[in-house]
Amino acid sequence: MDYTTLLSFGREGWGDDIASGVAITVSLALATLPLGLVLGFVVALGKRSTEPTLRLSANIFTTIFRGLPELLTLFLVYFGAQIAIQQIVRAAGGETYIEINAFAAGMFALGAVFAAYASEVFAAAFSAIPHGQYEGAHALGLSRWRTMRLVILPQLIRVALPGLSNLWLILLKETALVSVIGLSDILRQTGIAARTTREAFLFYGTACLLYLVLALLSSIVLSAVERRVSAGGAAR
Amino acid sequence: MSEPPPAIGAPALSARGSDVVPPPPPARGWARARVTGIALLGLWALVGAGTLLFLLSSWNAELFARYAPRYLSGLLVTVQLVAISIVLGAVLSVPIALGRRSKSRIVATLSYAYVYFFRGTPLLAQTFLVYYGLGSFRPELQAVGLWGFFREAWYCAIFAFSLNTAAYQAEILRGAFESVGRGQWEAASALGLSRLQTVYKIILPQAAIVALRPYGNEIILMIKGSAIVAIITVYDLMGETRRAYSRTFDFQTYIWAALIYLSIVEMLRLGVDRIERRLTRHLRR
Repeated sequence: MDYTTLLSFGREGWGDDIASGVAITVSLALATLPLGLVLGFVVALGKRSTEPTLRLSANIFTTIFRGLPELLTLFLVYFGAQIAIQQIVRAAGGETYIEINAFAAGMFALGAVFAAYASEVFAAAFSAIPHGQYEGAHALGLSRWRTMRLVILPQLIRVALPGLSNLWLILLKETALVSVIGLSDILRQTGIAARTTREAFLFYGTACLLYLVLALLSSIVLSAVERRVSAGGAAR
Repeated sequence: MSEPPPAIGAPALSARGSDVVPPPPPARGWARARVTGIALLGLWALVGAGTLLFLLSSWNAELFARYAPRYLSGLLVTVQLVAISIVLGAVLSVPIALGRRSKSRIVATLSYAYVYFFRGTPLLAQTFLVYYGLGSFRPELQAVGLWGFFREAWYCAIFAFSLNTAAYQAEILRGAFESVGRGQWEAASALGLSRLQTVYKIILPQAAIVALRPYGNEIILMIKGSAIVAIITVYDLMGETRRAYSRTFDFQTYIWAALIYLSIVEMLRLGVDRIERRLTRHLRR
């Protein structure tokens, strides 16, 4: 069979299988993003806190999830959660076999890793905002919440966006790891095709190109967002 | 803001002193932060104690005697893999970084494409592309006598990792050299230093400060990234862990691996901090 048939969408080709893999990869990355962003922001708040216990717990979080290999984190979540739930069920007197959804395991593991790195980006962005901004908001009588929402966040996003864009591109690549725990993402689908057809180079090459295309599309979107966000700022 | 005039008759100085309003005390929420902090710290302590308790309760001398040497050899494989890849990648990164700055459009585009490809695709996919993908060219590789090299997962891993880290290191190198101002080069040439002397005595010491942290991060990323070779049957630390888990179904195998990886990465981070303090000792007051 020639290459165009192998990659076509149809009975003969693997195009539709690979396309579903792309959908899984993209949806995993998109599902992980809000989790990682929110968690990362909270951890960054902890790092900036005047309360030493909060700072310490935030730093423990980053140390763990930046220090562990992503693959190991994934296994810890995937197998660990499975074992933990079974233990709890057994302790409650039940007897079941529970299998954790690979998508959820991937989302939590990658989300935690993303949050660990994002918290550093946010913390750096926080320190780029001069203290006078808080004082000004205080003088205007804004509450803490409104200070954050109306004064700090709009500036914070502008500073943090390049770092976060970078993390998004890294996240997109890291989703490839979930193929190891059985989620049918790009890499797994192309891997199945490679094994069945014995055209490994063609299919893994396709996988690499697809990741490149996703990265390219992301950078186009992200630079548009960056332009928009920086255009919204007051002229200095 | 204009100050209210001092009361008639009162000495001006003391009036000024008493009018100074102390800064407002930190707003409320401090107590809440403290409660949350202590609760979170308690949670971490619980996680730590739970892990320790789990390790102690499932302590198995036989298991340890059997797998400790394997973990050690796995660790050695990981260290070797990372060290070889980083060194090869460093060598390879120099021409790529120079190529990025080349005046020739073709060379610059090619090296940019190289960097973009290796930074834009997952390391796992690259490793598969080398290990499984190059199998498609078996006759050709056999013809040039390279098949023996690409048949081994170990060599494939080194090959893929070196190419990957070369792309990242090239960018670090380029960034570090570009951070040193042109004036440094001009001043050096005005002093009559040769090109080699300029690089060695003036540019490198300044570039090293900028490059150190990214290089340290790259080594840490490689150590973490190297765990994926376990998937192509190289028995590094992760590979030994997976093997131990698949034989014993004992979750502590993964926890041991996690502790080992964490301590390596932390030691490296501390080492980089220390080197950075030494390199920037002239900048401190």
